[in-house]
Amino acid sequence: MAYKRQIDRLPIIPADAKKHNVTCHYCIVGCGYHAYTWPINKQGGTAPEENAFGVDLSEQQGAETEAWYAPSMYSIVKQDGKDVHLVIKPDQGCSVNSGLGSIRGARMAENRRSDVLGTQQQRLTEPMVWRYGTWQPTSWEDALDLVARVTARVIDDGDEDDLYVSMFDHGGSAGGYENTWGTGKLYFDSMKVKNCRIHNRPAYNSEVHSTRDMGIGELNYCYEDYQLTDTIFMVGANSLETQTNLFLNHMVPGVRGDTLAKKEAELPGELHAPARVVVVDPRRTVTVNAFEEVAGKENVLHLAINSGTDLALFNALFTHIADQGWVDAEFIAASTFQDGVAQPQDEQHPAALGSFEAARAACRMSLADAAAICGVSEADIAKAAEWIAMPKEGGARRRCVFPYEKGIIWGNDNYRTIGALVNLGLATGNIGRPGGGVVRLGGHQEGYMRPSDAHVGRPAPYLDRLIIGGGGKVHHIWANDHYKTTLNASEFKRVYNRRTNMVKEAMDARAGATREELVDAIVAAIEAGGLFSVNVDIVHTQIGQQAHVILPAVESGEMNLTSMNGERRMRLVEKYMDGPGSAKPDCLIAAGLAQALERVLREEGRDAYADRFKGYDWASEEDAFMDGYHANTGQIVTYDRLRAMGNNGVQEPVIGYEDGKLIGVKRLYADGKFDRHGREDKKALFCCGAWRGLQAPGKAAQKAGFRFLVNNGRSNINWQNWFLDKDNDFVADRYPYPFLEIHPDDMADLGLAAGDLVEVYNDVGATQAMAYPVETARRGETFMLFGAPSGTQGNVINAGTNELILPNYKQTWADIRKISDAPATVKHLSFKSKEYRMG
Amino acid sequence: MRCRKMAEIGRRQFLRGGALATAGAAAVAVSGPEARAAVAPARVAYPANRLANIADLTVNEPLDVAYPDDDAPGVLLKLGHPVEGGVGPEGDVVGFSTICPHKGYPLFYNAEDRTLNCPGHFSRFDPEAGGQQVWGQATQNLPQYVLRVDDDGEIHAEGVDELLYGRLSNVL
Repeated sequence: MAYKRQIDRLPIIPADAKKHNVTCHYCIVGCGYHAYTWPINKQGGTAPEENAFGVDLSEQQGAETEAWYAPSMYSIVKQDGKDVHLVIKPDQGCSVNSGLGSIRGARMAENRRSDVLGTQQQRLTEPMVWRYGTWQPTSWEDALDLVARVTARVIDDGDEDDLYVSMFDHGGSAGGYENTWGTGKLYFDSMKVKNCRIHNRPAYNSEVHSTRDMGIGELNYCYEDYQLTDTIFMVGANSLETQTNLFLNHMVPGVRGDTLAKKEAELPGELHAPARVVVVDPRRTVTVNAFEEVAGKENVLHLAINSGTDLALFNALFTHIADQGWVDAEFIAASTFQDGVAQPQDEQHPAALGSFEAARAACRMSLADAAAICGVSEADIAKAAEWIAMPKEGGARRRCVFPYEKGIIWGNDNYRTIGALVNLGLATGNIGRPGGGVVRLGGHQEGYMRPSDAHVGRPAPYLDRLIIGGGGKVHHIWANDHYKTTLNASEFKRVYNRRTNMVKEAMDARAGATREELVDAIVAAIEAGGLFSVNVDIVHTQIGQQAHVILPAVESGEMNLTSMNGERRMRLVEKYMDGPGSAKPDCLIAAGLAQALERVLREEGRDAYADRFKGYDWASEEDAFMDGYHANTGQIVTYDRLRAMGNNGVQEPVIGYEDGKLIGVKRLYADGKFDRHGREDKKALFCCGAWRGLQAPGKAAQKAGFRFLVNNGRSNINWQNWFLDKDNDFVADRYPYPFLEIHPDDMADLGLAAGDLVEVYNDVGATQAMAYPVETARRGETFMLFGAPSGTQGNVINAGTNELILPNYKQTWADIRKISDAPATVKHLSFKSKEYRMG
Repeated sequence: MRCRKMAEIGRRQFLRGGALATAGAAAVAVSGPEARAAVAPARVAYPANRLANIADLTVNEPLDVAYPDDDAPGVLLKLGHPVEGGVGPEGDVVGFSTICPHKGYPLFYNAEDRTLNCPGHFSRFDPEAGGQQVWGQATQNLPQYVLRVDDDGEIHAEGVDELLYGRLSNVL
């Protein structure tokens, strides 16, 4: 049975309900919502004066009405200790989404913990300590004391290398400026932890080093640029599923021609037409399908290149565009470095950086060579070049926006490939200008505010590999689940289980011992190769199963939280409900840990070191915000000022406050000066990175040795790592197992029917998935859903990274075998095409 | 016509209930004799509406209907093989709302792959799988009718299994 809620009526929001600003806590786009709350014993009525919308709710409302909410937008939660009704619905006044709700964000309310309705009972409520052979709930005081005492035994002033830390660096959810600051202050200011990593990669590094080294921050445009551009050149991204309302509310209008009047008004003196689209992706996605539906197939060019060959394509486009003279010579002369090589290739720079001509020489690639490497026609590459850069009728420069995401960020030769794409933007003068931008689309929202991480070094330590090699004694984990979302996950889990079990056994053996005796036993197990694991999260994760201490955090809406989206739009999510049990904001957990460390160190007579852990007397997340973001960004932004800016917020950097409004910046680099690399001349650099095949160790051999490409990524319905969605009935009903999209003829070869459970296996591991027939898939090329709890795709991704420890998830090859016929939970599913078909 | 009539009956019942509750409150306020409280049922009262006769249906040809009132467009489908929620001699007749539960756009039937598709934001639903959203933006699967077929082949709708778009009560 398809999942149905059997809800035939919902409580009506009364006219006097409390209304809170909410930015969706999931993806980078950050759609605006409002959270309405009102007392449990009250309800609105159908008469206009009795409800929040002022309309007659006894009548059917029309399409796109503000006066409706789905059952998924409703819950009953605690607010100041009392049960209240909650509705979280999209905000029509937010410029990001204009009232659209995604299938993820429009389930925020349903994914709140509700003791009344029984949702999200998986949320952690109290600290837990491994005791008596299982986890026992306990107090914050007890749990933090144990963490501090064990941690204090392995760290010392000037030597914190045995403390390993995995910590989120994102906004939204439980991230945000408050919480990155709290954790950052602890590990990068009070301590100088260098063995650390970020939530989705095995090191503490940028995902886009090259664009930054070239002087260009990766979020340099505004979403309106899709409405102003002539061409969207989208690479390795599937925005309809992963930045849904950016696609629907900004890309679609630009491509459909809805914005021609806006173009004429804002960009007079040049010809305008609906935007054309080039999508570079080995797989035909629903994004390609939807673009074709909106623009007509003749205006959409899908370059289905061979997996991992983007660099060859970009270099050929760069060469061709330069040879045709379709470059912005004035911009190149005024805003880019002129004299050969500015930064030679070295250990920190996987390609040299320098002038346009230097890059042109280094990157030279013919259309014919690229066609052979990429598996697409010369004519199509030439057509893409025309769409990007051939001057418009009348001679005006063609405007092109270049969005990219994990297809190349987690793909072959990250540094050179992103650099080559930025080359295209620079050469054509498409950075800092309306209708331009070379931008990462993003995953989470951003919300990074930490002390300098320079001590971590570059290349950063490959933390997963160090752990596998026996490194580290204590591991603090903040909202990371390596077990579901790291590479080389099979080996990582084997080793991590063994090392943490050594500590569990030591703790079990000393049941009833004093705290001092217990700490001695733990440290002895650590010295014997064990690892003490502390897990801070909102749910009991898969890696959390191996933790010795578990600390419960709250997330967005359960605390006030600030983040920014993919056009640097900063908003404040107002707290609208209580967190579960005694769960706390991460920043306050970090503060509590710092205070516990100070106390323990002082007890041990290590006063000088203890003094380093002062400065955490925060009573609230707002105090952490003021200590971090406010103090380090010109002291302009406060909660009150941001709250007044509502769901449209302000685009960072915030440069002033006038007439009751925060003043931001619509596009970066509008003045043609580039500073992300820190160069005083403010000239952008081109990337001199030639094509060099599959760069990461082991990839070429895996390709040769296994039959199927196992491309991988996200889907529309679930948030990427499933942290709440694994406990959401609507989502779990649709995908009880991760899907493996595969061509029907390949299925026939393997003896598979739709929904059959398969094992995907190769030289580094194995995982499971359900077969989903896709007629548009290429033979021998599959696509598996990433991050699913019932089949970890990372198990079959090898340990190979680029020189700067960027994982290479996308280029993975494996064999496939049937495990069983479709399991019971799969039998009711639809396996029809995901592509929209009007019929 | 019959749909509208049934809907009006439903609306009158709703208003009568509301009026009684108001009178009750007023009576309490003036400390008069205690009024008998109107007990609202926990679920909405769905009308039992005749939508069509089995004989009206052809395999894979959608028949436009409306339920529970004329403002709630829907479709009856005879699919030719037993499906989830299917009624009739072959268990192959199903009915669904055709307002997309995402933003209220009308859904269109694609007979080739037997899906209901939304031109607004590309969502699609599978009537052969209980209205499961194959792919899309809606946070619920497609509302399906509870159907009953009588001895004369008359198809009656008697309920819906999800909230309909654009109304906070399935019966207005």
